[in-house]
Amino acid sequence: MSVLASASPTFPVLPALILTPLFGALLVVLGPRRRPELLKLTAVLATVATGALSLWVLLAFDAGGEGFQFASRHAWIGELGISWLFGVDGISLFLIVLTGILFPIAILATDPGHDSRAYYAWMLVLEGGVMGVFASLDLVMFFLCFEIVLVPMYFLIGRWGHGNRTYAATKFFLYTMAGSALMLVGIVSLAFLHADATGGALTFDLVAIAEAQSIATETARWLFLAFALAFAVKVPIFPLHTWLPDAHTEAPTAGSVILAGVLLKLGTYGFLRFGLYLFPEATHHFAPVFLVLGVVGIVYGAVVATMQKDLKRLVAYSSVAHLGFIILGTFALNTEGIEGGLLQMVNHGISTGALFLLVGMIYERRRTRQIDELGGLQKSAPLLAGVFMVVMLSSIGLPGLNGFVGEFLVLVGTFNAHRWYAVVAAGGVVLAALYLLWAYQRVFHGPAEGDNADMPDLCLREGLVLAPLLALIVVLGVYPKPVIERMEPAVDALVEHIERHVDGFEEPTSRMGIDISPDGPLDGPADSEEGH
Amino acid sequence: MTDLLTLAATTATGLPLGITEGGAWLLRNAWLIPALPALSFVGILFFGKRMPRGGSELGIALVGIAFVLSLLTAAAWIDHRDNFEGEEVHRAVAVAEGHGDASGEHADEGHAPGHPSLAVHNTITWFELNDVTFTVGTLVDGPAVMMLVVVTLVSLLVHVYSTEYVAGDRRYTHFFAFLSLFSASMLLLVVSENTLQLLVSWELVGVCSFVLIGHWWEEKPNSDAALKAFLTNRVGDMGLIVGVTILFFTVGSALPGQFGSFSIAETNALAGAGRLSHTALLVASCCLMAAVMSKSGQFLLHTWLPDAMAGPTPVSALIHAATMVVAGVFMIARMYGVFFEGFSIGGSSINLMALIGGITTLIGACLAFVQRDIKKVLAYSTISQLGYMVMALGVGAWTAALFHLFTHAFFKACLFLGSGSAAHAVHSFDMKSDMGGLRKAMPHTYRTFVIGSIALAGLPPLAGFWSKDEILVGTGGWGLFGGTGGNGAYTFMLIMGVITAALTAAYMTRCIYLTFFGEFRGHGNPHESGPRIIVPLWILAGLAIVAGLLNLPKGFPLVPESLQERFGHFVEPVAAYFPGISHGTPSWSLAIASTLVVLSGIGLAGWYYFIKVEAASKAAGRSLTELPDGLTTRYPLAKMGHTFLVQKYYLDHLYTDIIAGGTKGPVAAAAYKVDQDVIDGAVNAVGENAVKAGNLVYHRFDQPVVDGLVNASGRASSGAGWELRRIQTGKVQDYAAILFAAAMVLAGILIVIV
Repeated sequence: MSVLASASPTFPVLPALILTPLFGALLVVLGPRRRPELLKLTAVLATVATGALSLWVLLAFDAGGEGFQFASRHAWIGELGISWLFGVDGISLFLIVLTGILFPIAILATDPGHDSRAYYAWMLVLEGGVMGVFASLDLVMFFLCFEIVLVPMYFLIGRWGHGNRTYAATKFFLYTMAGSALMLVGIVSLAFLHADATGGALTFDLVAIAEAQSIATETARWLFLAFALAFAVKVPIFPLHTWLPDAHTEAPTAGSVILAGVLLKLGTYGFLRFGLYLFPEATHHFAPVFLVLGVVGIVYGAVVATMQKDLKRLVAYSSVAHLGFIILGTFALNTEGIEGGLLQMVNHGISTGALFLLVGMIYERRRTRQIDELGGLQKSAPLLAGVFMVVMLSSIGLPGLNGFVGEFLVLVGTFNAHRWYAVVAAGGVVLAALYLLWAYQRVFHGPAEGDNADMPDLCLREGLVLAPLLALIVVLGVYPKPVIERMEPAVDALVEHIERHVDGFEEPTSRMGIDISPDGPLDGPADSEEGH
Repeated sequence: MTDLLTLAATTATGLPLGITEGGAWLLRNAWLIPALPALSFVGILFFGKRMPRGGSELGIALVGIAFVLSLLTAAAWIDHRDNFEGEEVHRAVAVAEGHGDASGEHADEGHAPGHPSLAVHNTITWFELNDVTFTVGTLVDGPAVMMLVVVTLVSLLVHVYSTEYVAGDRRYTHFFAFLSLFSASMLLLVVSENTLQLLVSWELVGVCSFVLIGHWWEEKPNSDAALKAFLTNRVGDMGLIVGVTILFFTVGSALPGQFGSFSIAETNALAGAGRLSHTALLVASCCLMAAVMSKSGQFLLHTWLPDAMAGPTPVSALIHAATMVVAGVFMIARMYGVFFEGFSIGGSSINLMALIGGITTLIGACLAFVQRDIKKVLAYSTISQLGYMVMALGVGAWTAALFHLFTHAFFKACLFLGSGSAAHAVHSFDMKSDMGGLRKAMPHTYRTFVIGSIALAGLPPLAGFWSKDEILVGTGGWGLFGGTGGNGAYTFMLIMGVITAALTAAYMTRCIYLTFFGEFRGHGNPHESGPRIIVPLWILAGLAIVAGLLNLPKGFPLVPESLQERFGHFVEPVAAYFPGISHGTPSWSLAIASTLVVLSGIGLAGWYYFIKVEAASKAAGRSLTELPDGLTTRYPLAKMGHTFLVQKYYLDHLYTDIIAGGTKGPVAAAAYKVDQDVIDGAVNAVGENAVKAGNLVYHRFDQPVVDGLVNASGRASSGAGWELRRIQTGKVQDYAAILFAAAMVLAGILIVIV
């Protein structure tokens, strides 16, 4: 239990992170239906308070600390070993902060138009669920939050979405639900098998189960697959991605921002926390499959994005490519790869969130997202174009902006472990430039005609909403040190955990994975004095 | 030697790198120079519109200060180069001697056993990961200082020129903001201490180039050109990223207890000391070469550069002639230890780099012949000259390449700005339909343009002659009358270089004739540009005349020895991070021969245009641009060749129509069709069938049989389901119930079985 570290603060901040938005949701539900501005104010206050709490967690987080911090445990259903068990480490920390930042922005950025009360209530429930996923260290708790998240998202898409929203919402719901059904199987089986093997009481404590590694290899592999399917759908990994373009495109702007920014990370986060940590051997065993799928996703997502006619759909497909990078880094199974993937989770949340906001702003003005109906917008809205450009460049992975550091670390990590995957993935970098810049050219360049000519530029509110994202894009690109520092102990611990529990596995580093060192098989000018 | 290395342990490698943390304040704080234009960018971006001159004054002021600082840095370097004393010097001397032993009998009369040059190194930590420190910092040595001066000078002149050239432009402030950002990025690139920083600034200059090429984005061709430039460069960037990664790990494999390193000095030193795998270096060199091919417009990836002329002319002069496009050349020069070993430049007679450079220089020069647009002539000429530099580096003539970079920056910027001045007057870049006879109307432009052309053609004593001659010497291919030496016998490259010299002289003669001679063929009354255009032109023309004297060859008569080869002495590093290259012996016979070749090129083109075409014009009574019955009309083969050139070897068709068009068109369409019909179709089919099966199971079997569980979970989901019914979307709660139930059942089965 040493992993559940230290520093139990007097104030249970993690439960507060989950309960604040839920409490806000309650207030909204009880609020006056006819006063949408008051409801919005309530929602904003609740999300801002949650955001502030998440920032407090960030500030109070011990950068060099080992294990989970702010741990809090309360028995819930004692006889089944289910408890309220929360904790934060470097892996979940920035996802919590990202959630805390994105929600107020998403709520401030757009208004639902109708049924404000339900809209804000669902948004707040969604935030509570997401926080729960990132903070839970109990498998049942995690699963509950993981599933709860679906419901608000379903309604957000289904009621406040665009055109084909019902289809998209149902597809989203069923698809992810089908994925996670097997995870429930996995969770229940895992807990029982663990109890059997150790002879102890039934527990759903993640740390206890993961540290014990009591499950037989073969069984663990099956269980891993049950978990992996749920996460793979959520990420989504090629070829399970087809719910994503529909859901993203039909969702309201705030929904798309949250969906891309936070919800997709549930899958990648799940892989780290419940894949690598719970089933190190199985992860290692199946890693090649995921590496291949990751690379395929990168190239495939980019190619398909190229031909999209709908701007929002294009951004949606770009997510498939970006998430491929994260998967690639995660399954490289070394510090650089995992850390790069983790950083990319945050970066993708910021950049793609901002892109969806911008597309939403264009849509609000022009009531269309068809690329060929837009054009020359840089003339009528230079500020919007400038912001779009910076965000786009960050999404492309331009050095100096946030996307680069994560992408480069993923490439370095992957290169180290599996050279050719990295080379193909680097090709995806070129394609990213192709589809995004081409879209930028068609939307913002050229002569502005008709409605495009007098489209209003960003207003103050929109500028203020985008400003924090832009600031993050630049700051994380120029000075990622504070983030990386805080992530590293947890990632190191994870890699060590894998090394400890997988026979014959050593973190792929330059001494191992790469064979172009002087004593590698390619050739050898002999005089290498260092050993392994 | 190994003992020496071990004794002189200064770094983890046990290998002195030839760098020092000491030195003059300016050398240690060279980061100030890129910081100034960066400041100017931010200032113009936020306050430019409110300034009386739209922000240009801020740009000029800060770039001006950066220029002065660069000059002071250069002065500090000149002192540092020969007079810096520190314990590192003694180690460096030891290693330099060791180098001499190691690299055999490459007698290096130029520098040994003189004072070694120690680069001034200053870093801070960017971030740390897994015991690897990612740093940012400056590495100030000869090539860096030279580039600082060139970039700030040309940038300053271009800033001044632009105040008149883009006066009244729709995005005047925006233009100056990005001019500043470009200068900052380029300066950051040249002082890069590690490959990662090099990569960052490399991409930043690319973005600035993208923005500035597309400055007038309302017109589709400009926007297309910008896109093409960015994408082509992206292809090369991929090579750079992979190459940098390979080097990182390769260096790591030679450093006990260290994961890898991005340090340029360390990488070069280890490569030079033979501690790195040759295969790895070769692969890395090839990858980096791809980056050079895109950034520096080398053959196969050069096609974006002529299109980039869609940008405003000052941009073409600064970015696409004098500075950014030489980033590739500079990068080779920076990582020369890697390339020298990777391509085995010493002692061979052909390698990839020299070959690419040689081909580029020839094909660029050929294409310059068929252009109507004056800027495109200069663009292809730039490609050709960049090929010259890459070829020089490929044959081991490092100093010659950088010297050519130095002189080329001046005379090509002069030519570009001159072409802009002419185009400004006639509102067109088309030499054939809108120019001609401008020498009377625009005497200053005419004179500076001619000076620039002669320098480019390489006639003594103008700048281009010295640098070009040095490259030809460096090929080591000239065996007549004692002119030999160099790193290998690159005779093939010598021939390519000489042919190009003739072609260059000829196409510039054509260009001058079409622009400034004959009768004016355009509209209106062109007149000379104002002082803010003329003064920069004359400054550059002046430099085009005298810059060559900085590197008079060794043994040049009438000049004291202390003034010979000054450029080489101060720019070429003599340090462990630089390979021990050897230098060719200058030869009068080669200089005379190449001059004769240039003269014959001028003579032939001059005869055609100034005599034949002039006479035909008189006969026809109007100003002609070619003979009515020239070779291409008389000979089908010549016609075919001409078409082949006009079509730019059909490379654009290959890239734009087949590769990019293919990806955007059929490939993407096919992928999307698979996505929608096959993958998503399968999903929908599964969904529909599952719903059918689910209904069947639920109503006929499940509900009556497993009712306990189902009802429990069904109630749970219908709690949320009331919302759903209102919007009539389907029976999600049913599916949810089934799924939950199925999950429970499966879990039971699994536990029982296992």
